[in-house]
Amino acid sequence: MRKLNLTLKVWRQKDDKGKGKFETYKLNNVSEESSFLEMMDILNEDLATKKIDPVAFDHDCREGICGTCSMVINGKPHGPLQTTTCQLHMRSFSDGDTITVEPFRAGAFPVLKDLVVDRSAFDRIIQAGGYVSVNTGVSVDANEIPIPKDIADEAMDSATCIGCGACVAACKNASAMLFVSAKVSQFTLLPQGQPERHRRVQKMVAQMDEEGFGACTNTGACSAVCPKEISLTNIARLNREYLTAKVTAQEV
Amino acid sequence: MAVLDAKIPDGPLAEKWSKHKFNLKLVNPANKRKYEVIVVGTGLAGASAAASLAELGYNVKAFCFQDSPRRAHSIAAQGGINAAKNYQNDGDSVHRLFYDTIKGGDYRAREANVYRLAEVSVNIIDQCVAQGVPFAREYGGLLSNRSFGGAQVSRTFYAKGQTGQQLLLGAYSALSRQIASGKVKMYNRTEMLDVVVVDGKARGIVTRNLVTGKIESHSAHAVLLCTGGYGNVFFLSTNAMGSNVTAAWRAHKKGALFANPCFTQIHPTCIPVHGDSQSKLTLMSESLRNDGRVWVPKAIGDKRKPEDIPDADRDYYLERKYPSFGNLSPRDISSRAAKEVCDEGRGVGSTGKAVYLDFRDAIKRDGRNAIEQRYGNLFDMYQQITGQNPYETPMMIYPAVHYTMGGLWVDYNLMTTIPGLYALGEANFSDHGANRLGASALMQGLADGYFVIPYTLGDYLASNKFEAVNSDHSEFKKAESETLATIQKLLSIKGNKTVDQYHKELGLIMWDYCGMARSAEGLALAKERIRTLKEDFWKNVNVIGANEELNQTLEKACRVADFIELGELMVDDALDRKESCGGHFRVEYQTEDSEAKRDDANYCYVSAWEFKGANQPSQLHKENLVFENVKLSQRSYK
Repeated sequence: MRKLNLTLKVWRQKDDKGKGKFETYKLNNVSEESSFLEMMDILNEDLATKKIDPVAFDHDCREGICGTCSMVINGKPHGPLQTTTCQLHMRSFSDGDTITVEPFRAGAFPVLKDLVVDRSAFDRIIQAGGYVSVNTGVSVDANEIPIPKDIADEAMDSATCIGCGACVAACKNASAMLFVSAKVSQFTLLPQGQPERHRRVQKMVAQMDEEGFGACTNTGACSAVCPKEISLTNIARLNREYLTAKVTAQEV
Repeated sequence: MAVLDAKIPDGPLAEKWSKHKFNLKLVNPANKRKYEVIVVGTGLAGASAAASLAELGYNVKAFCFQDSPRRAHSIAAQGGINAAKNYQNDGDSVHRLFYDTIKGGDYRAREANVYRLAEVSVNIIDQCVAQGVPFAREYGGLLSNRSFGGAQVSRTFYAKGQTGQQLLLGAYSALSRQIASGKVKMYNRTEMLDVVVVDGKARGIVTRNLVTGKIESHSAHAVLLCTGGYGNVFFLSTNAMGSNVTAAWRAHKKGALFANPCFTQIHPTCIPVHGDSQSKLTLMSESLRNDGRVWVPKAIGDKRKPEDIPDADRDYYLERKYPSFGNLSPRDISSRAAKEVCDEGRGVGSTGKAVYLDFRDAIKRDGRNAIEQRYGNLFDMYQQITGQNPYETPMMIYPAVHYTMGGLWVDYNLMTTIPGLYALGEANFSDHGANRLGASALMQGLADGYFVIPYTLGDYLASNKFEAVNSDHSEFKKAESETLATIQKLLSIKGNKTVDQYHKELGLIMWDYCGMARSAEGLALAKERIRTLKEDFWKNVNVIGANEELNQTLEKACRVADFIELGELMVDDALDRKESCGGHFRVEYQTEDSEAKRDDANYCYVSAWEFKGANQPSQLHKENLVFENVKLSQRSYK
C-alpha cells in the first residue's frame, strides 16, 4: 500500500467577518486507501495534538449522498474526479503533491469558518416552489396514474441532485441554474407536477435571482463537476419552461 | 415510577388502530393554531411529522444540526421501502407484512404497533407518489418491486439505490412548503442539548446554535424527538458522522426510559475495514443479495484469486445453511454466518475479515446491462472506494453496525414516559424487536411522522390543560445554565487526548464485547473499561477553542460524552438479557447449530431502563410482551 507525504495549503478564516488566508501544513504517511476527508481528519488530529484549532469543514454521510461536503480541491469543486469530496480517495494523488483546499466560493454562499459555507439560499429556493402542494392523507392509489418508465427514469435522473452546490462553485457567474433546473425538471416531467408547473418555475427563478446567484452563460462548467452528473438538458428545459410560463401564464 | 402502560387498545388486532383513531380526542381547527410543537430532527420521521402537523394548523418549530433539513441521514438509505400493496399478486397482505416483521424481530416487538405499521405502509406509497417521488416503474407505467431479506414476497418499492434520498426529499419538499407558509420555523445548524420539563410535562428544549455557540431556550406544548439511532457509539458504523444519541440521552436523563439499548443491528453487507485511520463504514445495499451470491473458499488459507477458485472449492454458506431464504436470509443471521466463517479462518482479503459477494452468475444469466440497470450506482460507489471493479471480480463485504432497534421507550401513541415528549422513527424502540428487516426503517419513519403522530398528538393536547410557560421560566434558565456549565467544563479540561481518541477507544470496546457476539465475561470487562474511559475522558480530554464560535471539536465532545454513558447502559442491558434473540447474540445461549436461542419463559419483555443519577445503577422496568396473534417459535429460515 502506498503512503503519501503531502503539503496542504488550506484556507483558514475565523468567522464570517474575518479575512481569511492560506496556511501551509505538512502531512506524512497518509495511506492511499484513505478518503480525502479521512486525510483531513488525520490533519485535524495532528493539529489538535499540537493544540492548534482544527480546520472546520462540512461533512456528514461520507457516502456521497447527503451533499454536505463542499471543498474546492486544487481549484476544482470536489477535486479531480467527478464525485463528492467524501468519495475522493488519496489514490488519486501522488507522493510529494501540494494540495490546495478552499471553500466553495460564491456571493450567495458566504463563508462561516474555514471551509464551511452557508448554503441556506438553496433551501429558500426550494421553499419558493420546489414541491407538489399536497397535504398528508392522499387517498389516490399509487398505481392510479401510470407513468411511462422512460419518463419516470428521466425524472429520477433530475431528482438525484444532492444540493451540494458544486455547480455554483464551478460557475464563473456563480449561477444556480443547474440546481434549480434539476428540481424544475423533475416536477415538469411528472404528471403530479403539472398543476403548479408555471407558477413553480417563475417562483423558483425569482428566488434564485433574489439570492444573488449569477446568470447562466451555458459554459457547462456546472455539469462537468456535478457529482451526480445532472445534465445540461435540465437547464434547456428550465429555460423553455420559464419562457412558456412567462408568455402563457399569469404573472405570479 | 408508574408501571409501564403501553396503552394498547382493546379489540381484535386488525381493528385496534381504526378504533383507537376514532376514540382519540380531536383539536378543532381554530384551536390548533394556539399550540406550539417542537420537532427535533428532520429525517424521514421528523420532516414528515413537522410538515403534517403544520398542514393541520399547528405552529411547528423544527430543528436540525445539519446545514439543511435535506441532509438528515435518512438520505443515505439505499434499498427501498416495504408496503403491503400486493401489486405483484404474490400473496402479500397486511397480515403477512405484520407477521414477517414480528418474526424478523425475533418476537421482541409489540404486536399492535407492528400491525399498525403494516396497515399504514400502503398509505405511505400513495402519499410519496403524490408528492412526485420518482419510484422505479415497469414499462407499463406501474410501480416496480423487489425483494428484501426475511421475506418471500416482492413488496419493496425503490428509487434506484437512492430510495432514502427520494423519500426524504419528498418529506423535505413538504416541509419546505410549510416553512414558506410560515407554519414551520426552521432552525438549521442547531443542536438540542436538553429537554425542559415543567410540572411533569415536556415544555421545551435548550439548544446550541452551532455557528455562534449561543445557548437558547424554546418553549412548546409538546416535543417530538426524531433524532435517529445511536450506532455511532461503535465509532465505526454506516451512520453519518454527525449521527448521535445526545437528544435521546438528555431526555433519558430527564426521566424518559430507554428501551432495549443492546438491540443493535449489524448489517451483513458493508465494505470491509481497511485501516485505523478509517472514519466510517459504507453499506452496500442488501438489495444486492437479490442477485449476488455470498461465498468463501472451502479450504482455510486458499489464497487463489476468487475468479480462479472453481465452484467445487467454494462454500456458498448461506445457500447451504438456509436453503429456502439463501442469500436473502435476515441481516442478523447473515452477519453471524459471515463472522463464523471468518472466525474459522476462511475469510478473504488482506485482513481475513471479509467474504465474497459474487455477481458472476447473475451477469451470465441476465447480462451485464441488466445488472448495471439494477445496481449501477452501487457498483460505481464500490469501485470508487475500493479501487476494484465488481463486474469483473467479486465484491468483498463484512458486517458493520448499521441500525439500532433500541431507543426511547414509547407507548402505542409514541409518547415516552415523560408526558408530552414523543419519540418517532429510529429514535424509539417500538417496531423492530431484536432485529429489523431490510426496507422497514423508511417505512417506520414515515409511518410515525405522516400517519401516527398527527392523530395521537391531538389527543394529548386536547386532554390536557396547559399553564402558560415561556422560555423565561426558571426551569429553562436552570437547564440553560446546566448546559453551559457542562460545555465550560469540557473546554476547561485542556488535557492531552483528542475527542476522537476516546471515541475510537469506546468503539473498540463496544465492538469487541457488545457487538456480534457477547458473553457475561466480556460484558463485565467492557463495563469496567468504559468506566475507566469515562473517568479519563473527564480528566484528560482536550477540547480546543471556545463555546462562542463554530467549534466542531466541542460538538463532538458533547456527543462522545453521551455515547460513553450510553455504552455502559448497553452493556448492562446485554448482561441482563440472558438469552439470544435477533441481533443480540449471547454465546452462552445458542442452539446446537449455533443459532440464537431465545428464552421466552423468562425474557419475553421489553427492557426499559430508568436513569437514577450520575454513577448510580440504572433501574430496570419490564414491559411484558403478549402475543395473541402469532405463535412464538424458533425462527427458521431453512
